[in-house]
Amino acid sequence: MDSRAILAEIPRLRRYARAMLGDRAAADDLVQDTLERAWSRLFQWRPGSDLRAWLFGIMHNLRVDQLRRPGLSTQSIGDDDLELPTRPTQTDALELRDIESALNHLPDEQREVLLLVALEEMSYADIATTLGIPVGTVMSRLSRGRERLRLIMNGDTANARLRVVR
Amino acid sequence: MSALPVTEADLQAWVDAALPAARRAEVEGWLASQPAEAERLGAYLEQKQALKSLFDPVLDEPLPEGLAALASPPPAAVVERPPKPLLERWSLQRIAAGVLIALVGGMAGWMTHDRYPSAESLAKSPLSLPRRAAVAHAVFSPDVRRPVEVSAENEDQLVAWLSKRLGTAVRPPKLGTLGFELIGGRLLPGNSGPVAQFMYQDATGQRLTLYVSTDNATNQDSAFRFAKEGQVNVFYWIDGKFGYALSAGIDKGKLAQIATAVYDQLDRK
Repeated sequence: MDSRAILAEIPRLRRYARAMLGDRAAADDLVQDTLERAWSRLFQWRPGSDLRAWLFGIMHNLRVDQLRRPGLSTQSIGDDDLELPTRPTQTDALELRDIESALNHLPDEQREVLLLVALEEMSYADIATTLGIPVGTVMSRLSRGRERLRLIMNGDTANARLRVVR
Repeated sequence: MSALPVTEADLQAWVDAALPAARRAEVEGWLASQPAEAERLGAYLEQKQALKSLFDPVLDEPLPEGLAALASPPPAAVVERPPKPLLERWSLQRIAAGVLIALVGGMAGWMTHDRYPSAESLAKSPLSLPRRAAVAHAVFSPDVRRPVEVSAENEDQLVAWLSKRLGTAVRPPKLGTLGFELIGGRLLPGNSGPVAQFMYQDATGQRLTLYVSTDNATNQDSAFRFAKEGQVNVFYWIDGKFGYALSAGIDKGKLAQIATAVYDQLDRK
């Protein structure tokens, strides 16, 4: 595997991990773990296949492992979290932060699909392969994730809350 | 024109510009008469844009050193091997050992029916000694500052401590005549108890480790066997309850010579 090819993917892995985890240090740790696992699983890499999809798949699996591990705190989606503060003014920067906090209220599985579409501009089929789920599931998570994000951004917490149940 | 009904998947694909041109035109025709849906999709487009604006700056952040370094492979010894090695990666000795053990295991199985593990699991277990030894070698021998827990300057303490922890007398062989001097040792976890690792170094800085386990109660004595784990060559043998493995990144012939010297010294003890 070509070091330069890997190096080229690192910024993308970081961007996605940052968006998934919110926290810079935790995100870089995840990227580091991903690269270490990639090197140790080099024998699973099929030359000529999509390096990016392979790396994102490893990162996804690591994250799933982390979330399954007991005792690790996961983001809770309590009703109170969805009470969004209202502001007298809106600037672009605040809107961006707004979407960041709204994003954090999505379940992991929806956020993941949403970010692979929005940031990585991956095809639905590639996302299905990367996450190891059927394309139909990608579509339904994307659809639900986008709609929930829209409702939260609109301050429509009542409807967003109704859909908290997965 | 009989267009197919517009589905939610079509609408999502429209947002992501993933529709073929003809279908895209149909969906847009439909949206023209559905202002609420058009507005909803408009919001999704804005989300996409906002997410990119928010996170794209991460792409331009300088890479932390630790991450940039990982664009290159870490030291080869750390790289795992495929779980099922290909035939060419097996030395003849290992195949021979496996066949022998499978035969013995087969006979034992035939005689004892289901009371003992399968021939396959018997065949695997002796491989774990060289593998464990090679990993311990790969982990500790490159360590510049703390390759050992107790250095050879306190050899008496080292011997007393490891003997006490292993519950039996262990003494590092002297390999000075072969150019290797003891630099110390450490205690490691084995399969079912503590294991000792002695480390040696020659004038060029080449390191050699002798891994001594005492949990081989169920195994028969064995002759020398050779294994290669990544960059590390390992000679190992079993002597009563002791399992010995000598590991180094040096060629097989030289390592065999040292293994013979170690074996002779231990045999005379």
